[in-house]
Amino acid sequence: MTPHSAYARFAFSLCFASEVIFSSMNSISPLKKTKLNQVHKQLGAKMAEFGGWEMPIEYSGIIHEHLAVRNSAGLFDISHMGEIIIRGPESLGFLQKVTCNDVSRLKDGQVQYSALLFPNGTFVDDILVHRLSPDDYFVCVNASNTDRDFKWICEQNHFDAEVQDASDQYTQLAIQGPQAGKILQKLVNIDLTLIKYYWFQRGKVNGVESIISRTGYTGEDGFEIYFSPEFSKQIWTHLLERGTAEGLLPVGLGARNTLRLEAKMALYGHEISEEVAPWEADLAWIVKMEKGEFIGRTALLQLQQRGIDKQLVGFEMEGKGIARDGYPVLIDGHSVGRVTSGGPAPYLRKNLGLAYVPITHARVGTPLDIQIRSNPVRARIVETPFYKRKK
Amino acid sequence: MKFPEDCLFSKQHEWVKVNGDTATVGITDYAQKELGDVVFVELPKVGDTFETNEPFGNVESVKAVSEVFCPVAGEVLEVNQELVNTPEWVNTDPYGDDWFIKLKVTNPEELKELFNSQEYEEYVAEESAE
Repeated sequence: MTPHSAYARFAFSLCFASEVIFSSMNSISPLKKTKLNQVHKQLGAKMAEFGGWEMPIEYSGIIHEHLAVRNSAGLFDISHMGEIIIRGPESLGFLQKVTCNDVSRLKDGQVQYSALLFPNGTFVDDILVHRLSPDDYFVCVNASNTDRDFKWICEQNHFDAEVQDASDQYTQLAIQGPQAGKILQKLVNIDLTLIKYYWFQRGKVNGVESIISRTGYTGEDGFEIYFSPEFSKQIWTHLLERGTAEGLLPVGLGARNTLRLEAKMALYGHEISEEVAPWEADLAWIVKMEKGEFIGRTALLQLQQRGIDKQLVGFEMEGKGIARDGYPVLIDGHSVGRVTSGGPAPYLRKNLGLAYVPITHARVGTPLDIQIRSNPVRARIVETPFYKRKK
Repeated sequence: MKFPEDCLFSKQHEWVKVNGDTATVGITDYAQKELGDVVFVELPKVGDTFETNEPFGNVESVKAVSEVFCPVAGEVLEVNQELVNTPEWVNTDPYGDDWFIKLKVTNPEELKELFNSQEYEEYVAEESAE
């Protein structure tokens, strides 16, 4: 039994044969490790490469972990994510130029989902912008893009703003699920109910100065916390202990991926890349054309006037088979694109996927076929997000 | 991890139980642990024939697809249709309910090429250490 080579190229991790994982990397530089690397191994996690980091993929099983997050809570080490600080008198003007969302709408303590775009309107990366004060911002970026994003931001900086890659200064944990707030509340000195969705506060977690943000990548309520790496083990361990009664489990990147797929949240390199623009990626809501000039705006305006050819859609398998990243999508027997993310959805108990299809065939209800190995298998475009939590 | 003594094993982590010239084939405890939660199994048809080390099916976990290889050449006598309906058996009972196919072995001499329990255990230990 060996991993399917066609899939291995697209899979974000394949635990079976370590040589597959490592040989698929472009660079020979050693993998980066978070401060919790040993802790994960002691917990029995399967580790694999992701974005240049050795990360826990699963502890007790992806399905089990996925369901824990939907039903109670899960704890994730996401310290591989990058943090870039932008501050100074012209930091707002600079962020308005280099991101596509309207940063001027942010108040202190508010978070905004946004993107860095190339002049041609396609994605450099998707990001979270946190406003600490009117001239101090904290930007969370994807692990594999941290160096590239930092370089890109620095190159665009013709403003009186200071840009700093602070990724080494933070451990980032996520605690997600309906019980996340209750568990985290036991260890913090602020009232978490006062933090609204997509807002953050500074507070102490287990006595350690942290940024506590009500954000996440799972489709559940929950928090992402940032603090100094030296306290990683202490906070991780305490959270796990204090969450036992509520069913808190450590959760790896395997379930993080299935959770975000159910919630139809984009993953860089899959739904968003330098091949697609926000109009196509169903992310028009993070583009504010009326805010004024920003990098990519001219191209987006042209694309808007011309009209897009393709659009991201969600589909559900009707035939027997699992769509996987990279599998061809067929309409009337002709290949029209590839699956950007696909797999089983453990909570919904369906096989789901995301793909770009021609705009003429993007309507909900449209039948597609997914080429699974040698067979086309029937799927249908459905409403997204596939999963939406009850409020 | 289990390494039953009544099985033979392939380098690709299939197990074989021999009864006369019939071989029952499944994937090992080590393989299922490495795969994680199995959610889909694809099996051949009765009457299909396979060469040694030819892929005869696929097993899919939540995050990956793996081919399953024929440890010895033969003709498929029976496939485990119940496994197709309950793929999680691959995780819960790797040497019992999780059998994939039964083969009529073309050349029983080939079975000698496979590992016995102890040899396979050593092989897995080496692979895990890498």
